[in-house]
Amino acid sequence: MNFSLSKEHEMLRELYRSFTVQEVKPLAEEIDEEERFPVETVEKLARYGFMGIPFPKELGGSGAGNLAYAMAVEELSKACGTTGVIVSAHTSLCAAPIYEFGTEAQKLKYLPPLAKGEKIGAFGLTEANAGTDASAQQTKAVLQGDHYVLNGSKIFITNAGHADTYIVMAMTDKAAGTRGISAFIVERGFPGFSIGKKEKKMGIRGSSTCELIFENCIVPKENLLGKEGQGFKIAMKTLDGGRIGIAAQALGIAQGAIDETVKYVKERKQFNRPISAFQNTQFELAGMQTKVDAARLLVYRAATLKEAGASYATEAAMAKLYASEVAMEVTTKAVQLHGGYGYTREYGIERMMRDAKITEIYEGTSEVQKMVISSAMLK
Amino acid sequence: MKIIVCMKQVPDTNEVKLDPVTGTLIRDGIPSIINHDDKAGLEAALCLKDQYGAHVTVLTMGPPQADKALREALAMGADRAILLTDRRFAGADTWATSLTLASAIRKMDYDLIIAGRQAIDGDTAQVGPQIAEKLSIPQVSYVEDLEVEAGQASIIVKRIFEEGYHRIRVKFPCLITTLAEMNTPRYMSVGGIMAAYNEKQVETWTLDQLDMNPDHAGLKGSPTKVRKSFTKAPKAPGKKFNTEPDAAARLILDALKERFIVE
Repeated sequence: MNFSLSKEHEMLRELYRSFTVQEVKPLAEEIDEEERFPVETVEKLARYGFMGIPFPKELGGSGAGNLAYAMAVEELSKACGTTGVIVSAHTSLCAAPIYEFGTEAQKLKYLPPLAKGEKIGAFGLTEANAGTDASAQQTKAVLQGDHYVLNGSKIFITNAGHADTYIVMAMTDKAAGTRGISAFIVERGFPGFSIGKKEKKMGIRGSSTCELIFENCIVPKENLLGKEGQGFKIAMKTLDGGRIGIAAQALGIAQGAIDETVKYVKERKQFNRPISAFQNTQFELAGMQTKVDAARLLVYRAATLKEAGASYATEAAMAKLYASEVAMEVTTKAVQLHGGYGYTREYGIERMMRDAKITEIYEGTSEVQKMVISSAMLK
Repeated sequence: MKIIVCMKQVPDTNEVKLDPVTGTLIRDGIPSIINHDDKAGLEAALCLKDQYGAHVTVLTMGPPQADKALREALAMGADRAILLTDRRFAGADTWATSLTLASAIRKMDYDLIIAGRQAIDGDTAQVGPQIAEKLSIPQVSYVEDLEVEAGQASIIVKRIFEEGYHRIRVKFPCLITTLAEMNTPRYMSVGGIMAAYNEKQVETWTLDQLDMNPDHAGLKGSPTKVRKSFTKAPKAPGKKFNTEPDAAARLILDALKERFIVE
């Protein structure tokens, strides 16, 4: 077992860190405050190859693998959870299923612009009445000659308002239950497809979370991803990979909160001493960093397994479960260590706490992760 | 257009400390970076690559660890990287360094050589100009801007000096030294880093591969001998007064009178 990073990964981390400090951190507060999607940051992410990290160079990617991808989401999320999830949803939930399940023609058409960041990707599974119970899909797709007609709507779709390419699940055979769900590649601009209401959220407020509306939406037959009835399997496999991204986002938020707290406790004085001199501060920080390091090992393990082509679903679920819970705990403690200042918007710590909460919910709640983990144990 | 960029890997600090006993720089524990003026020179070369398809070679003399600085340059977009490394190069002053670099450059084709103005650890600003002297080519130092003229046989550069600037036309082949203020260097790219470690390589040249007198390399070939080096003793802390401007002016005047600086 090797716990040291390769020279490439060390250098990638240097790049991610300097990019985050210079390009991401200065905008974090503003995009949260204004609930604004950071278009200018996404353009720069694209220019430096952050939007297609794990995909091969021949398909427009950076050819750097899944660990390099997870590390990027981690480093970006240290300063801004919004920027982390933009990259994660784009990469894991849209580009990855096209790469893993697409035909050659679909890959050649859709992957290069996504991997180069010329186009942004999103993924639509959740509906108003189909959250954890994804089989309760109401969106329907009916084959009519050379195209499918989609009707229905999706909610809580990350990147929705700024995406160009969407992976959308819809029922092609209601009677077949989860085996009646199919996956489609839908482009912005397809007739009958529109973006609905934008959600006002507690955290990751710069990310564009909207409704997708399909009213007799025409999707060419060749945009069926995989075969009819494989949609649920594709969605679940896609979410397995996505969990590595969200786990990395949670990890980054947690480490970012610790880094800010370490700076703060050395400066903040009470009773004529910096509060870092108090044992309570020291012990809290020790516990926080130990948990974050444990989370990092789980995230890197899951990413490394995926990269090696081994099965990783359980490990990704563990990484996501643990990292998200650690992120919530660590950011809550970070606010506490900042005291009253932590509760204000001045230090950005309360933003990290708000951003952390979503990691326990989306791409499978903590409860779903426990279902995934225990079902592998008890089968 | 063929460009050679001379770079130096330096400690990432302006607070270079000297070992009081040996008089050498203490590098332990300080991360290394590409010298700022050199990185601006690299960025200028990469802009010419973007615009004109120039071929960019980066060249450095240094210990084996300087490999990392060259990989970084490759990850930013340089085409070729050469590391001059040999124990016999160690301890070189600017004369021996420029001779070694010039000997390597003689083995290559070039139109333009770019070197940073000066290194943050040595601050001599001598190596670039000395390379040009040894190659007998024209040089322009302190360049803050440049444009290639039609025909790609000459450039017009903006040379900064204290009172203003010159605009100078200089024919290829030539050498310029660049200022960090010239531009903001690009980041490495993710794909560039992968290429720097997997597809591209850093060529290593030793003294044996250079056509130069071995006695002119390194400490042995350096006319400069450091007799003694020392860190300046810290100054006593100054006094701080928080007061109104009028009272402050009086305090300063009194202090100057006390030291007989004014009457």
